[in-house]
Amino acid sequence: MYFFDPHIHMAARTTDDFQTLAKMGCVVVGEPAFWMGYDRSGANSFYDYFRQLTEWEPKRAANYGIRHHSWMGINAKEAEDVGFAREVIATLPEFLQRPTVLGVGEIGLHKCTRNEVTTLLELIDLGMKTEEQLLFHTPHLEDKYLGTRMILDILRGDSRVNHGRVCIDHCEEHTIRPVLEEGYWAGITLYPVTKANPQRAVDMVEIYGAERILVNSSADWGPSDPFAVPAFILAMRRRGHPASRIRKLVYDNPLRFFRQSRNFRFAGPEEQPSEA
Amino acid sequence: MPTPPAANEILDREFLDLRARLIDVAAALDRIDRAEGAVLNDPRLGQIRQSLQILSTDSADRAERIQMVFSLPYREDWRQA
Repeated sequence: MYFFDPHIHMAARTTDDFQTLAKMGCVVVGEPAFWMGYDRSGANSFYDYFRQLTEWEPKRAANYGIRHHSWMGINAKEAEDVGFAREVIATLPEFLQRPTVLGVGEIGLHKCTRNEVTTLLELIDLGMKTEEQLLFHTPHLEDKYLGTRMILDILRGDSRVNHGRVCIDHCEEHTIRPVLEEGYWAGITLYPVTKANPQRAVDMVEIYGAERILVNSSADWGPSDPFAVPAFILAMRRRGHPASRIRKLVYDNPLRFFRQSRNFRFAGPEEQPSEA
Repeated sequence: MPTPPAANEILDREFLDLRARLIDVAAALDRIDRAEGAVLNDPRLGQIRQSLQILSTDSADRAERIQMVFSLPYREDWRQA
């Protein structure tokens, strides 16, 4: 089955992972800018990272027939230093114009501080002024519920935000309901120990339905599984879900969400003209 | 959604996995008890005990309730805090 991984940090993964993903049926990946495991020493480090995401990674993916798209932003962890974050935000408009960029992301909260909120408001403002889609990171572990509710409060307070063009990611059992009820896309991350796993993701689909749900691996430099989306496909099959519903979750839904970005033009493998 | 399977089918499918994970939890708690020192007042142990209580209740939202045990509280007036 063809699938998207709508949130995966391929810059932290090997080319072998691209190859295996392609063999498994992956046709598109979405890579949000994020924290690389250490704090950058200056805005130039971000500049080079954004170049990597928009110049090098699409070529590396294309070697295996995978379309690589990215999201531009400063992650919540490095957003605490508001002055530094402003320097990075000033570089974003140049990259938002690039042909593989989907919008502003992943942005959000980490420890839910006042400074993180200040930076987040400026990132949302940039996204609204340039009519971008938004991808939100929600915090880990004990901060997730608080951070998710704060992000929803912030978005509710900005009348410019079109909820159908926003994904609130890393949803779990205690946060997915309000996200869907307010009309956003809900991302479910399959991540060992600290987020959801394939079985729990299937539970959430069975409870809330398949509408506006995106399933991703968020695989990165830490313990994570770049092949988590195929694991979810298998878990859905084993629970008796039809291929049409599985395809909706791993292909049709991300295709619909990504297509709302002005830079996303994708003729899927099934939409290519057949050989005569 | 597909027709939900019968509860006994799910129990058949999940039983060994559930058993193994419960024994894992018990063994980890035993390990803590055998170790030097005491953690009786550690709030994390309280969260684990609270979660075990939720497990023994009859309701279909245990996962969500246990998530809330491990979550910081949210206040609508956080902007004023």
